[in-house]
Amino acid sequence: MDRPTRVLIAKPGLDGHDRGARVVALALRQAGFEVIYTGLHQTVEQIVEAALQEDVAVVGLSVLSGAHLTIAARLMEQLRRAGLQPLVLLGGNIPRRDVQPLLDLGVGAVFPTGSRLEDIAAGIRQHLAVASSSPAAGRPR
Amino acid sequence: MSKAVTEVVLESGISVEPVYGPENLAGIDMERELGRPGDFPFTRGIHPLMYRARPFTMRQYAGFGTPEETNARFAFLIANGQDALNVAFDLPTQMGLDSSDAMAEGEVGRVGMAVDTLADMEIAFDGIPIDQISVSLTVNALAAPIMAMYFVVAERHGVPLTEVRGTAQNDILKEYIGRGAWVFPVEPSLRLIGDTIEYCTRQAPKYYPVSVCGYHIRESGANPVQEIAFAFCIAREYLRLGLSRGLAIDAFAGQLSFNFDIHGNLFEQVAKFRAARRLWAKTVREEFGAEDPGSMKMKMIAGGGGGGLTIEQPENNIVRGAYYALISALSGAQTMALCSYDEAYTIPTEKAALLSLRTMQILVEEMGLRDTVDPLGGSYYVEWLTHEMEKRIAAEILRVDTGWGGIVRAVRDGTVQKEVAHQAWRYEQGLQDGTIPKVGVNRHRVEEQAPEVELHPYKPEQAQASVERTRQVVAGRDPVAAEAARRRVHQAAVDGANLMPPLIEATRAYVTLGEITGVLKAVFGEFREPGLF
Repeated sequence: MDRPTRVLIAKPGLDGHDRGARVVALALRQAGFEVIYTGLHQTVEQIVEAALQEDVAVVGLSVLSGAHLTIAARLMEQLRRAGLQPLVLLGGNIPRRDVQPLLDLGVGAVFPTGSRLEDIAAGIRQHLAVASSSPAAGRPR
Repeated sequence: MSKAVTEVVLESGISVEPVYGPENLAGIDMERELGRPGDFPFTRGIHPLMYRARPFTMRQYAGFGTPEETNARFAFLIANGQDALNVAFDLPTQMGLDSSDAMAEGEVGRVGMAVDTLADMEIAFDGIPIDQISVSLTVNALAAPIMAMYFVVAERHGVPLTEVRGTAQNDILKEYIGRGAWVFPVEPSLRLIGDTIEYCTRQAPKYYPVSVCGYHIRESGANPVQEIAFAFCIAREYLRLGLSRGLAIDAFAGQLSFNFDIHGNLFEQVAKFRAARRLWAKTVREEFGAEDPGSMKMKMIAGGGGGGLTIEQPENNIVRGAYYALISALSGAQTMALCSYDEAYTIPTEKAALLSLRTMQILVEEMGLRDTVDPLGGSYYVEWLTHEMEKRIAAEILRVDTGWGGIVRAVRDGTVQKEVAHQAWRYEQGLQDGTIPKVGVNRHRVEEQAPEVELHPYKPEQAQASVERTRQVVAGRDPVAAEAARRRVHQAAVDGANLMPPLIEATRAYVTLGEITGVLKAVFGEFREPGLF
């Protein structure tokens, strides 16, 4: 039996605007994912620990303060150190010019404010399908 | 577009008929429910002459980067005709962290100005005539120490405590529902609010210690009825806090103000505010036994809500901002702050902030919004809708009181957060399936990429400058006085004495905000989020 894909929705840093995070969490749960929401004010270390404990395939970060590049760089570094390779998604107030730098950091996909909920769910499925068919990618276990 | 509209249901769930007439008002005692402007129940406005006597105050939200940059933006806005300030603090400051804190990385000066010590506040207000300009401080969890800093700044500008005017947002309960800048658990957070209300009532009677915010609750997903209902539940808690300190209701109820949201249907918003004024007046008189009409007047700041703006076709937000300002003026707001057109992306650029200010000035100086009080009053539709909104707001308050065990419990156990999040999800579905029309999103959408808007630049070197200044301030302060002041804050936190006097003393001794927060966290602990969704 396939168990549902586990997704961690995380609010890193001090930004407390979690409407988007909660809406995406509800939409992904509705779309059949198993969703864990970290709550607010998480450090990158706490998010990596939660990803490890909850054994998630996907980590979705929601950042609205503008600190997305700083936070994404630190998260990718900490995930690497922990030996984790989940699909990392970024949502929130992300200007177009920052999308490529985020992808260059290893973020799988960026869903800026205004993205369609069904596109986020479809994007996750598509990325995971590609990852599982490629021997070089996927989670190391 | 040419298709006839067959059914209209407002966001608050109210069905709208194609035509209204006198028959819709039968059964409503118009004389009693409307009254004259300036008279109970203040449906038509809290002053007899409203904008004819004095237009709404224009108070754009501003503050970013270093205190020097913030000071320059303040001076710019004042030079362009703004008559009040609304101070934005960065997230570390709102959370009580110094700029040097590891959690502050990437956030120092980003969404507001960085304040570590009194020195930063002194620079921010240098040369600003705070005896004439009323200043609103947008800070909540750490409102008490920031108010303490402001009072010391005022004193150094020669303004005695008894004459200090201004407002602190200081509404922690809404912070747990939306916006999320909470630090301490619910009970000690309420105690801090009680301390500020008591202190201001006794020492700084012209200061508004709390601005109750429906705004952020609505921005988090609540519908217009819930926005007012939850805000009123919160405001009633604060009134009870004041009473529990032995204050007479008429000594402080009039110093509570409100901050509300505007986006969505024009008539629904206007009716919402007229209904809210009426219901608040009745509540303060009947539930709290106030006798002074001044206690019953619902004073509000209401401008555009960022939630109504769109990332798509950002220039459309300029038009939306103008309509929101119109709604605010038609609703009798005391103060207006408009969201700027780039607000869906970032804090406003100088150009965007100026455009918002001009929008309000055009409205009040060109368009006739000052000429007569409550110009929509007496409209069959608006009066019917006002009545309908009042009934629904009252019913929602009853649901919180009886169904949820009151707002404090509903916040503590996450019930209200969950309700608001589900409402936000339904709204998002409505946007995506087009049942909630939004131009540029699900109507008249343009599929090519939107042009990049100019964003407010972030300068990482600001963080270093802030850390360095605080290092120098701490190195230069009297260590014995700072330590003694810190101990007195700790003692008051433990034994329950009013925290404002020791916080003011700590401010004068240049104890940092991070140090104060550390002392309070050690006594109060930190809020643990229920995390339901």
